[in-house]
Amino acid sequence: MIVNGIERPEASDPRRLLSDYLRHDLGLTGTHVGCEHGVCGCCTILFDGRPVRSCLLLAVQARGHELATVEGLAQPEAPMHPVQQAFKECHGLQCGFCTPGFLMATVAFLREFPDPSDAEIADAIAGNLCRCTGYANIRRSVRRAAELSRQA
Amino acid sequence: MPELRTRGRVGESVPRPDAPAKVRGDFSFGSDLVAPGMLYAKTLRSPHAHALIRSLDVAQAISMPGVRAVLTAADLPGVRLFSLHDPPDQPVLVGVGEEVRYAGEPVAVVAADHPEQARRAAAAIEADYELLPALTDPVEAIRAGSVLRELLIRRGDPEARAEVVVDGYYELGQQDQAPLGPEAGLAVPAGDGSVDLHVATQALHVDLGQVEACLALRPGAVRLHLAGVGGAFGAREDLSIHIHACLLALRTGRPVKMWYGREESFVGHVHRHPAQMWYSTGADRSGALVFVRATIVLDGGAYASSSGAVTANAACFGAGPYRVPNALVWSGAARTNSVPNGAMRGFGAVQTCFAHESQMDALAARLGMDPVQLRLKNALRSGEQLITGQRVTGAAPLEELIRLCAELPEPARSGHRLSLPGGAGNVAEAANVVRATGFAVGFKNIAYSEGHDDYSTARVRLERGPDGRALASIKTAASEVGQGVVTITQQIARTELGVEEVVSLPADTTVGDAGSSSASRQTWMTGSAVQLASRRVAEEVLRRAGPPARSLDAGQVLDAEGMALAPIELFLEEPIEREFEYHHRPTSGLNPEGQGDAHVSFMFVAHRATVDVDPEAGLARVVEVATAQDVGKALNPLQVHGQIEGGIAQGVGMATMEEIKQREGKILNASFTDYIIPTALDMPAVSSILVEEPEPDAPYGAKGVGEPPLISSPAAIAAALRAATGRRLGRLPVSPDELAGLAECEPDWEVTPGVSPSDGRRRQR
Repeated sequence: MIVNGIERPEASDPRRLLSDYLRHDLGLTGTHVGCEHGVCGCCTILFDGRPVRSCLLLAVQARGHELATVEGLAQPEAPMHPVQQAFKECHGLQCGFCTPGFLMATVAFLREFPDPSDAEIADAIAGNLCRCTGYANIRRSVRRAAELSRQA
Repeated sequence: MPELRTRGRVGESVPRPDAPAKVRGDFSFGSDLVAPGMLYAKTLRSPHAHALIRSLDVAQAISMPGVRAVLTAADLPGVRLFSLHDPPDQPVLVGVGEEVRYAGEPVAVVAADHPEQARRAAAAIEADYELLPALTDPVEAIRAGSVLRELLIRRGDPEARAEVVVDGYYELGQQDQAPLGPEAGLAVPAGDGSVDLHVATQALHVDLGQVEACLALRPGAVRLHLAGVGGAFGAREDLSIHIHACLLALRTGRPVKMWYGREESFVGHVHRHPAQMWYSTGADRSGALVFVRATIVLDGGAYASSSGAVTANAACFGAGPYRVPNALVWSGAARTNSVPNGAMRGFGAVQTCFAHESQMDALAARLGMDPVQLRLKNALRSGEQLITGQRVTGAAPLEELIRLCAELPEPARSGHRLSLPGGAGNVAEAANVVRATGFAVGFKNIAYSEGHDDYSTARVRLERGPDGRALASIKTAASEVGQGVVTITQQIARTELGVEEVVSLPADTTVGDAGSSSASRQTWMTGSAVQLASRRVAEEVLRRAGPPARSLDAGQVLDAEGMALAPIELFLEEPIEREFEYHHRPTSGLNPEGQGDAHVSFMFVAHRATVDVDPEAGLARVVEVATAQDVGKALNPLQVHGQIEGGIAQGVGMATMEEIKQREGKILNASFTDYIIPTALDMPAVSSILVEEPEPDAPYGAKGVGEPPLISSPAAIAAALRAATGRRLGRLPVSPDELAGLAECEPDWEVTPGVSPSDGRRRQR
């Protein structure tokens, strides 16, 4: 499988969850686990470009597929991805635990809806839980990310 | 010429300094930590709410593959009890011959090479329990003398009579803080018998004292470091993995990683106290309050935790932010066989706000008065006294908050299908939907109360940075839990030192105590410590520069006219470092009549909720929450609004959906499938006004802002739901059955408001 553009070995344990494989085997701890059963959305990654809950997949199911995690949005020293930039600017995070999941969901959403309405934004992020922000600044961040992406 | 002015000072909406790491995914939360050769730990917990442990057999567990240690109470080296409470009452592990007192209480811990091995080994421990009756009714517990704390406030004539009297009974369910990052940490043994614990917590030093006592190591042999905290809201005031991880690390000589899954997290931290409240409120015909009498029963659960402070808050703020000449308030926390209850955002005040505000609405209805006018008529002002006799000496702009909040424009109606009550469920009928508003006000103390010596420590250093320019660094032990204390303290240092380059060093116990990130206190406490340490650094720069140097700004030393004399770094050949320990004004305890200057300061807030309800379907949507909040001074308006919106989200949850359900002391809904918290589609629009009346003694006049958004928003939502349905709605969260009139909250006990429930009678149904 390819993770953030890099070819990675298959998981040795067929029961390894994809989220655990990313976090523990590859050390990509930016993908967080908040509920372990697909409700909170903290573990959202892109699977062939589509947002998925990595805690609901086995690592072996990713064989031959292309994955992207939050670490793949921008190289460490490179400028931030517009979605990252927007969440930072608009105070779209407080504790930040849910943030990678929101970022990945937003990246996929904006590809499909480059100029979204407020209702579309609320709908798009309703699958991710945040306990700190009350979502208002997350909505602003998604709107801002759309602007930044169109400028880019 | 352009004005010389440092950017990023107090009052500006500066972005969080930790945002880049958090959006790039390289911010290390407690659960992300790793160390070479680390082991994984797992806790065995009691499945029973109350039982005697007859025996524990770990022989099989210890022999399983990969298992490196299995520890029970027999292995505890030091003090066997821990707590936020003094004296401690909560066992580190419950041993053979001892009683477990709640379902989920730790009995043994295991460390193994792989988390799955640890889980299996914990499951292989044979524990033999003798079941004992579980005491789960808090009123019954109080009648049996099982009380964590009780107190009475008596003011004026406790038997005062009034022309208009309303009585009411109210309940509030058990709310979970539900931080998205579960409890987690990593203990690393140093090889010399000492240990470093990296942990997600609200208070490093408060933890340290408890961990040290239980590990029985020499002073200085335990060091705590703040791991990234995935939200807190009170859930991380008590210890979780701390002692267990350290014990296993010291036993095995290997780093030990420990984290709770979501289900375990529900028994791994305290929750908001469920409350039963009997109220009687009297007023004259003009609406002026004559008396408030109340009995407040809190379920403290099995151990003390913060129940003492919660009991006091419930009582002190139990009559609401009003002029109340006569009061009789009994408040008590029962010790039961439930998971312990303790700190959650707004503790004590959230519970009683629902009751006193419901009473004000009932009173307004009886008087034929507008609820907003009734609140204005009775609103507490600066210089007036609480029911504890304490005079409010600082800012108390409650009347202004009420007026501003009530005047905010009401939200427009949306035609969107998803905006109907029930949303995507598509059950509500647009034609049946009733819109209504409700109003509520609340208040609460800031920081520690009742004579607690509350302080925070900050070390500020100014030196030449790598580019040769002045660089300030801040060292404190204050926990950044998401609330933004790192942003605020950097803004304060920039303001005082006139330099833009400021960094925050990692929080740990190598610097003095900062107290906990709770009670809305860090802006005031650690903010003051950073401000005063920075001022001492600035004084030294000015001393080195000599006259005519007067002030620092934009990286320059300025004269009295604001003209630049020289860049600050010119005077930093030797770095300057100053430490300051800030204590707030002393408070006193409450006397046997519940009188005393127990609190340092108060925050006030007003909320107006707008709801749409389909009363037939029992479905409701909170459309908007408007608020005016007393903030003193908004040091970072972006962050203040973030706190307001986040707190209101938790208020919406408290009012409409969040409750831990228990049967016989066992939690039935320990998952995010069954414990529901608001999503973006549940979240109402928030319209907020910040009222900035500077608070004397507070840094730049800034009060805390974290808790008020959650104090009266649930009460305002309940009021709006009542207005829409005409139902009594005496219980939060409001259930669909209650909205539809299929159920009503009734007390199990007959209790006279103001009197201990020990004298109450079980009601005949």
